[in-house]
Amino acid sequence: MTVEEIAKILCEHFKGLQIEVVPGAKNAVSGIQTGDPAVIIPAEKIREICNTLKVMDQFAFDCLSSLTAVDRKDRFEVVYHLFSYKNRHSLTLKVNLPRGGNQPQRGVEGEAPSGLAGGGGDASPSIETVESLWGVANWLEREVYDLFGIKFDNHSDLRRIMLPDDWVGHPLRKDYKEEVDYHGISTTRPALLQ
Amino acid sequence: MFTLRNQLPANLVTTKVDDLLNWGRASSLWYMLFGLACCGIELMQTGGPRADLDRFGSVPRASPRQSDLMIVAGTLTYKMALRTKVLYDQMPEPKYVISMGSCANCGGLFQPAYSVVKGVDKIIPVDVYVPGCPPRPEALTEGLLKIQEKMRREKFLVRKDAAA
Repeated sequence: MTVEEIAKILCEHFKGLQIEVVPGAKNAVSGIQTGDPAVIIPAEKIREICNTLKVMDQFAFDCLSSLTAVDRKDRFEVVYHLFSYKNRHSLTLKVNLPRGGNQPQRGVEGEAPSGLAGGGGDASPSIETVESLWGVANWLEREVYDLFGIKFDNHSDLRRIMLPDDWVGHPLRKDYKEEVDYHGISTTRPALLQ
Repeated sequence: MFTLRNQLPANLVTTKVDDLLNWGRASSLWYMLFGLACCGIELMQTGGPRADLDRFGSVPRASPRQSDLMIVAGTLTYKMALRTKVLYDQMPEPKYVISMGSCANCGGLFQPAYSVVKGVDKIIPVDVYVPGCPPRPEALTEGLLKIQEKMRREKFLVRKDAAA
């Protein structure tokens, strides 16, 4: 099933929802379309739409092959790559999230160094978890939380997965600034040739 | 004047105590298995039959407590840096460190990355830096020989703090 067909069925199923198809990215030199087309859906319906995509026989997306995010500076884009072993088709699902506040820095009020982003005046973007549909989403969502600071509501164990627990900030955000030191280890090295 | 020359049987050898001890230390330089990235593969190759680090008496140990030498082979992240410090502290004195490859020397290719330590010498003292990305087994062997040279120059029985 092609992306356009899937989007059409989804539109019929979820009447009144804004579901649109964006074409894949083009190669800047050759002009050939190399990227995969994607379906953009509203963030608050992610759980319902994913459930439909998983359980309906004509979709049967039983595999979440990747879950990641992109910082588009004005917004976050959460990307879900689905695959169906049964029907041998795949789908790229995208969700736009508002950018939220600036990310925390050490010594500045904001996120507590460890645990969940829950400090004062916290405005990190959030989206519903899909963990109950695909178990792999547990770790993938933790990774996105770790590197982008996007919170996944109702996640069973939302904490950092790769960076140390006492890390400050979310490094894949475009506005991330490296700390001066980590546990007394300076993060800069003077160049020998100047 | 009394001399030992020609006074001893032919099967006796005389030497300086320092030379004897240093010969023993340099000829049994056990290194800790500490491969962190792709340099670890080259470290294995150095220990393997073709480069054969074993012929210098150098064998890998899986425990810092049995090791004389730490070969930091690969990219050191901040998360690992704290553990590296612990492992280094667990090694018995006298201990030596070889920083193997560009990443361990200065961060290398990953120096702009948020998660990579900009050189092992930020956390532990380094005796020999081996350049390369990754260094060939010959280069690491040369680094080991440099450590042996350094050992032979040392006065093992003189306490380090007393000498200073």
